[in-house]
Amino acid sequence: MSISHPSVRLAGSPGRRRRRSDLLPALVFVLPAAAGFTVFYLWPAIRGLYLSLTSYNVFTPPRFVGLDNYDRLLSDHLFWNALKVTAEYVLINIGVQTVAALLLAVLMHRLTRSLVVRGVLLLPFLVANVIVALVWFWMLDFQIGIVNQMLDWLGLERVAFFGDPDLAIPTIALVNTWRHLGYTALLIFAGLQMIPPAVYEAAAIDGASERQMFFRVTLPLLRPVMALVLVLTVIGSFQVFDTVAVTTNGGPINATRVIYYYIFDMAFNRFSFGYAAALSSVLFVLLAGIAYIQLRLTRAGETDLA
Amino acid sequence: MLDVADPRAAKDARSPKARTRPSPPRIRWGRIAAWAILIMVMLITLFPFYWMLRTSFSSTRALAAGSANLLPVDFTLGAYKRVLGLASPAEAIAEGGSSATLNFWLYLRNSVIVATITTIGQVFFSSMAAYAFARMRWPGRDAVFLLFISALMVPPIFTTLPNFVLIKDLGLLNTYLGIVLPGLLMTPFAVFFLRQFFLGVNRELDEAARIDGAGHPRIFLRILLPVAKMPIMTLAVLTYIGAWNDYFWPLLVGKSENVRVLTVALGVFQSQTPQGSPDWAGLMAATLVAALPVLAIFMILGRRVIDSLGYTGVK
Repeated sequence: MSISHPSVRLAGSPGRRRRRSDLLPALVFVLPAAAGFTVFYLWPAIRGLYLSLTSYNVFTPPRFVGLDNYDRLLSDHLFWNALKVTAEYVLINIGVQTVAALLLAVLMHRLTRSLVVRGVLLLPFLVANVIVALVWFWMLDFQIGIVNQMLDWLGLERVAFFGDPDLAIPTIALVNTWRHLGYTALLIFAGLQMIPPAVYEAAAIDGASERQMFFRVTLPLLRPVMALVLVLTVIGSFQVFDTVAVTTNGGPINATRVIYYYIFDMAFNRFSFGYAAALSSVLFVLLAGIAYIQLRLTRAGETDLA
Repeated sequence: MLDVADPRAAKDARSPKARTRPSPPRIRWGRIAAWAILIMVMLITLFPFYWMLRTSFSSTRALAAGSANLLPVDFTLGAYKRVLGLASPAEAIAEGGSSATLNFWLYLRNSVIVATITTIGQVFFSSMAAYAFARMRWPGRDAVFLLFISALMVPPIFTTLPNFVLIKDLGLLNTYLGIVLPGLLMTPFAVFFLRQFFLGVNRELDEAARIDGAGHPRIFLRILLPVAKMPIMTLAVLTYIGAWNDYFWPLLVGKSENVRVLTVALGVFQSQTPQGSPDWAGLMAATLVAALPVLAIFMILGRRVIDSLGYTGVK
């Protein structure tokens, strides 16, 4: 920040004494948020860890069972299946979305700054997951969905997008890619606008081709933005739930029983709250690990621009 | 940290001067292909919206036979009448609907109540905290802020289960309060986002007010909030849309009819329609109507929402 700190200027002046008494008003200002944080973030985090060490069905008080839940989890093939399915979802979702969004952002950057174009691309993101899921569930219907109708016109076989165990996860991953593509592209687009034009001018003078500019200039300078976008979209992607809940309910035969849905199912249909808490603790550790590795690999905090 | 760190930099980058770049006068074909791709993407983006519209104006009965028809099949407003509760059960069944109804006005009211209370509470209390973090000096300030921010890394489900237990223990299941409470006082993101802006606001304003004898509440309400109107509006719009679209939490704590919000209602409506022949026209009319308020906000505040993405950056 370029603004000099007033307390430095006023050191020793009466202003300083007044600053010291900030503690009381500060407590008043922070109080509501601190209460919200303590009750709905900090306390549940501690309680979640404790619950993961208990057997708890919500109706009777939790009973301490040590590491039993974690033991059970290791040999729970549905848990491993959920991890596998979720990983598959994240890979497809993030893979397609990131590449497509990057290309889209670069296209927009070169072609237009039209607000209409950006508005249209953002549209799916404004609509609830539930709605997006229902619309695509309808469009991809095996019998009378328009997409299968189009496949018919092209002389191709109809596809059971949500009904085929091999296709259900890719389908859900691409549906959610449709929802997030424009949003991700606009984030990257904002990053592109921060690259000084002079860099491109210099590259153009040196006779760089479009392709060279993209790989040698744009991509390296975009790295910090891409790193943050990736960390956040990956964490978000692991939380896929809504789409599964309104389309496949985890089926066919567990093919879409993603980790969030599995935890939800454990807690609210089978009332194994302790076990569900253990599952979410594992997910927490897993996500923290992934975020850490990503940040290290991409050196997200550093920039090549400065 | 992306452009969040310094909003002024983001603004500079958007200034017209920064945008112009000499485009090499060659390969017109590349440009045409690029436009073609962009237009394709926009078509794919828009088509499902058109399809919602087309289906909602069709008669469910006729949809199966007319699945290849790109226009509404057997045009009717029946689906909207069913959704809004204006059609009798007999009429509904005649058009291929079911007797399952969507008590739309009730759910709309619930969504409005939940999203409005959440937005007002969250934005106001978070900005109070952000003010204390950005504009006051007190021992432990940075440690507390760091603690707040660390919660950004925690996946929501980790706290969602214990929060559900808490809301249940408090006897707040199926109440508005139970639905809004966890997000009412703060979110780590909101505090972080607003603190960034408050840090950037010129301090001379509040120094002057202070000399005139204004206290912190006055400086906060009369100077900082008006000066930071734009980012606060941005945050409010994003919070409102997020609260409106939330499904998981209201599904857990607010499934009962009297507090059910639109997203949860759509899920229930979908699960109630017969699996063999769902009332697609009714469903699409319902989704369109449910999406309408957010789309309307977007139409009104579109430019702001789009521009704000630049500085929310990482949400």
